[in-house]
Amino acid sequence: MKIRKNIAVSDTGFVFDPSTGESFTVNEVGQEIIKMMQEGLSFDQISEQITKEYDIDAAGFEKYYQDFIEMLNQFKLLEYER
Amino acid sequence: MHSKRKLVLAVTGLNNTDNPGPGIPVIRAIKESPDLDVRVIGLAYETLEPGIYLRDLVDKVYLIPYPSEGSEAVLDRLTYIQGREHIEALIPNFDAELYAFIKSEEKLRDMGIRTFLPSLEQLEERHKNNLPEFGKKYRLLVPDSQAIYSENEIRKLPEDFEFPVMVKGKFYDAYIAYNEEQIVSHFNKISAKWGLPVIIQEFIRGTEVNVVALGDGKGNTIGAVPMRKQYITDKGKAWGGITLDNPDMLELTHKIIRRTKWRGGMELELIRTEENQYYILEINPRIPAWVYLAVGAGQNLPEAMVKLMLGMEVKPFTSYDIGKIFVRYSYDMIIDMKDFEKISTQGEI
Repeated sequence: MKIRKNIAVSDTGFVFDPSTGESFTVNEVGQEIIKMMQEGLSFDQISEQITKEYDIDAAGFEKYYQDFIEMLNQFKLLEYER
Repeated sequence: MHSKRKLVLAVTGLNNTDNPGPGIPVIRAIKESPDLDVRVIGLAYETLEPGIYLRDLVDKVYLIPYPSEGSEAVLDRLTYIQGREHIEALIPNFDAELYAFIKSEEKLRDMGIRTFLPSLEQLEERHKNNLPEFGKKYRLLVPDSQAIYSENEIRKLPEDFEFPVMVKGKFYDAYIAYNEEQIVSHFNKISAKWGLPVIIQEFIRGTEVNVVALGDGKGNTIGAVPMRKQYITDKGKAWGGITLDNPDMLELTHKIIRRTKWRGGMELELIRTEENQYYILEINPRIPAWVYLAVGAGQNLPEAMVKLMLGMEVKPFTSYDIGKIFVRYSYDMIIDMKDFEKISTQGEI
C-alpha cells in the first residue's frame, strides 16, 4: 500500500489528485506521514519516528494511523501492490 | 515578418448570462491568436445578450431570427449581413441552431461563409433520444434511456427503470425524479419549454466530468482537455472547474472521435462510477462555454477550429497544463440608452 504516484503534496500540506481534480489539506503530522509513505517506509518505521517526535505511544499512534489510512483510502489516494 | 491572416468571423451565443453561451469565450480565444487578425461579427437573438455590449471583443452585432422561424429566415438575414460584412467563417454556438446551419452549409459556402460542423447524420445519431443506439453502434457505455412523447407513456415505462431517473429536455434541462409523480411534473415543465420528446434516462451514480474536444472530420482528435466542475450553479452550469490528468477520459474521447469521424467542436458529459467506468451522458455537438479553460491550459481549440475552416495547417495538440482552474464572475456593464435603442430598432449596432 502506498500513496498513488501522481498525487502531489506541497510543503504547505496541500494534497492534489490530478486525475479527479480533488484537493485536500493535511496538518503537519499528516504531511509527515504521507512523506514517509512516499519514501516507502513501513508502518513500523513510521510509528518509530512519530512516537519519537511526538508525545504518543505506539498503540495510540496505530489507532490514529489506521483512521488516517482509512481516510486516504476513502479519497482514493492509495494504491496497492498486486 | 510574420503577418496575421485577416478574417471576418461571425459568432453566435453572445448570451454570457447565468446560462452562458460559448460565444464570448470563443471570441476571446480567437482574438488571442498570433496568426489571425479577426473582425468579429456577433449574431444575437435578444437585445440584452451581454456580448452585444462587449465592444472590445465584438466589432459589430446583428440580430438574427430564431431558428424556429426556419432556416430560410436565417439565410435571408445572413444574406443581408453578408452584403455588408464579407464574413468568411461562422461559428454557431447553440445546440438549437445547429440543425439549421448544418442544413444550410452549402448555401452558406456559396455566400462565401465557411463553417466547421458535424454532418446531419453525426448530429442526429448522438442526440439524447438516440443515445442507446449510439452506444451500441460505437461500442460505448451509455445509460439506458427512452424518449417519451406523452404523459401516458410514463406509466408504460419498462420496469427495469429504477428510481431515481433523470428527466431531460431534448436540448437543455435535466431534473432528477424519485417517483412517477415527479416524472410527470418534470415532463410537463420540460415539454412546455423545449418541446418533445422528453428523455427518461437511467441515473448513474458517480462524479460528473467533462471533456472539450475538436475533431478534424477524418477521425483525428486535434485537441482534448478533461475537466471537473468544481462549482456548479442552480442550472447545473460550471462556474468553476479544473483540468484533469486523466488518460482514461482522453482515450475515450479519441475513441469517440475516431469511430464517429467527428467534425467540429464537442463537449462530452461523462459520469465516472465508483468502479472507474465512464458512462457517456451527452455529446454536445459544439464548443462548451468553459472552453477558455482549455485555452488557458495551452489548447486554443477555437483558433484551431477556425484554421481548419480556412484550410490552414493545424498540428494536433499533445499536452495541456494539469490543475489549471477557471472561476467565472459576473460584472455589470453600464450601457447608454442609445445603444440599446439602436439594436432594438435597427437590429444592428
